[in-house]
Amino acid sequence: MSTTLYDKIWNDHLVHQQEDGTSLLFVDRHLIHEVTSPQAFEGLRNANRKVRNPKLTLAVVDHNIPTTDRSKGIDDEDSRIQIETLDKNCKEFGVQLFGVDDKRQGIVHIVGPEQGFTQPGTVIVCGDSHTATHGAFGSLAFGIGTSEVEHVLATQTLVQKKAKNFRVNVNGKLAIGVTSKDVVLQIIGKIGTAGGTGYVIEYAGSLISDLSVENRMTICNMTIEGGARAGLIQPDQKIFDYLKGRPMSPKNENWDKALEYWKTLKTDDDAKFDKEINLTAEDIAPMVTWGTSPQDVASIDGKVPNPKNESDIDRRNSIDRSLQYMGLKADVALKDIKIDTVFIGSCTNGRIEDLREAAQILKDKKKATHVHAMVVPGSGLVKEQAEQEGLDKIFINSGFEWREPGCSMCLAMNADKLKPEERCASTSNRNFEGRQGRGGRTHLVSPGMAAAAAIAGNLDDVRKYQN
Amino acid sequence: MQKFNKLQSIPAYLPIVNIDTDMIIPKQFLKTIKRTGLGKNLFFEMRYDDNGKEIQDFVLNNKPFNNSKILIAGNNFGCGSSREHAPWALLDFGITCVISSSYADIFYSNCFKNGILPIILEEEKIKELSEYSNRKEEISIDLNEQKIVYGNNEIKFNIDPFKKKCLLEGLDDIALSLEKSQQMDAFEKSLKEKKPWIFND
Ligand code: SF4
Repeated sequence: MSTTLYDKIWNDHLVHQQEDGTSLLFVDRHLIHEVTSPQAFEGLRNANRKVRNPKLTLAVVDHNIPTTDRSKGIDDEDSRIQIETLDKNCKEFGVQLFGVDDKRQGIVHIVGPEQGFTQPGTVIVCGDSHTATHGAFGSLAFGIGTSEVEHVLATQTLVQKKAKNFRVNVNGKLAIGVTSKDVVLQIIGKIGTAGGTGYVIEYAGSLISDLSVENRMTICNMTIEGGARAGLIQPDQKIFDYLKGRPMSPKNENWDKALEYWKTLKTDDDAKFDKEINLTAEDIAPMVTWGTSPQDVASIDGKVPNPKNESDIDRRNSIDRSLQYMGLKADVALKDIKIDTVFIGSCTNGRIEDLREAAQILKDKKKATHVHAMVVPGSGLVKEQAEQEGLDKIFINSGFEWREPGCSMCLAMNADKLKPEERCASTSNRNFEGRQGRGGRTHLVSPGMAAAAAIAGNLDDVRKYQN
Repeated sequence: MQKFNKLQSIPAYLPIVNIDTDMIIPKQFLKTIKRTGLGKNLFFEMRYDDNGKEIQDFVLNNKPFNNSKILIAGNNFGCGSSREHAPWALLDFGITCVISSSYADIFYSNCFKNGILPIILEEEKIKELSEYSNRKEEISIDLNEQKIVYGNNEIKFNIDPFKKKCLLEGLDDIALSLEKSQQMDAFEKSLKEKKPWIFND
């Protein structure tokens, strides 16, 4: 029978299946971080259990870590305790950790691929919903809760039921200034935040194959914002080249064996999908969100919607509520929205190509004086690479702060947060109420659009700023 | 895990769609290393003003809803992050049953790990049930019978039989899986032969 890429990976990881379809799935790679793991380790300890496969587990600190100078330790006591707890747990259970002082430290979904820990055809889980990022490598990667983290630690398996297959095809070429962030925002706008619930999405089409590995990660990353737990892309030569020689990639004859297997990872031509949509790349413009859900998205040429034009009452109420929270009036042009802050970073757009994209716009230009702007590289290695290329100088010259790696203002668990009513153009992935700080107002954009907004002092069209 | 069987309570109704996990429990409360104690911060930003005072017109701040064990909410409940702090906060507040027309996948499965029953009903039925919240009348849930009884009416709901069993019996997932340790050993053994690179040795 013809199968999809998702079906293949699923079948290849079945340890046991009950009659009702409840399955025990083998987990090849488990990523953990300080926020969603302490209770899992505590559970293990209370039940006298061990980590079954410490070598298949990798830990980082990222969520609550400060992005300013960390040499003097961490002020916030709760954050410090959480980080120390992870350190202690990793030592006790024999798990490798990239701690605060490690150059390889960074956001879990940036570190995994960077180290070659992320590999095609694997099942990858992490107590974090953006685990879908790793699907860009043709792996089945999804977020889990803390009880499941404990389950994976103890058994190296996970209890799951199979999801349905959904394919999103994007064909054609993107216009200059339009990026994979705009593509994924467009997709979410189209399917809605619950459109993918119960599905695994495969992204396909000529545009997806044309994208770089890092740009593919941006798309898979935001799959969860469309409700699907995992999003994946068939691995190809670009992926194999990216992985070759990374510290945790297979070596020598293992590399050859792995490569042979990776090349078999594709959806059969006549495989059936339960749902399928098509997008044309040429139709996609730079996008920006205006509301408090990632589906509240419009092209930068557009306007804030008018709830009066909405016939569905729930939707009308929800637009009303969003506009009130966002402090926006209906029918205002998006380009007329003034911003206070720019945040470039996160597991969506904190990689080297994202920083290059923003720096290219900012080169020899200054941010607007009233704007507070910061760049938070996704990992220590991204930071180092950017500094070698002189990108840090470009950012600093245009008035940005150049920070240490971490999640930072993506979720504002550390000191980097918006004040009430502060408005931010952000390259992160969620514009929920309070996500970047209580009362803070988030507009999700691509790195280039964030740079354009910094220069203009309001949301603006990146296509005007091409250097 | 606490067993779930029958439940009777005046439901609290939160008529908002897409309630995300940041609304249920904002990130400043994720810095804990415990599972308990999160109830007072459930729906923090809707529940308290800038000075930490309770906002009077928020449903859970008012009697009898401050004692509700059942929460009725708009569709796509629990979207956003994977944080299990969301069900932990609900549980700590005393809510052990949520009723909505749809849930985000991760939140949905997290509920079952914590003895919370997430019920899926059609929008129409949800509107009907929400009347009981408005009138401050109790409704009751019977998991074994898979039904909700309200006034002289009842509605059946669907639930995965295995998940139902786990809730009814309060089963520990890990212990159940470890019963399959023979299959796990066999799987790993063959994996080492087929895909030696996975173990990196
Ligand atoms: S960068 Fe943001 S979305 Fe990504 S893992 Fe960190 S907090 Fe989550």
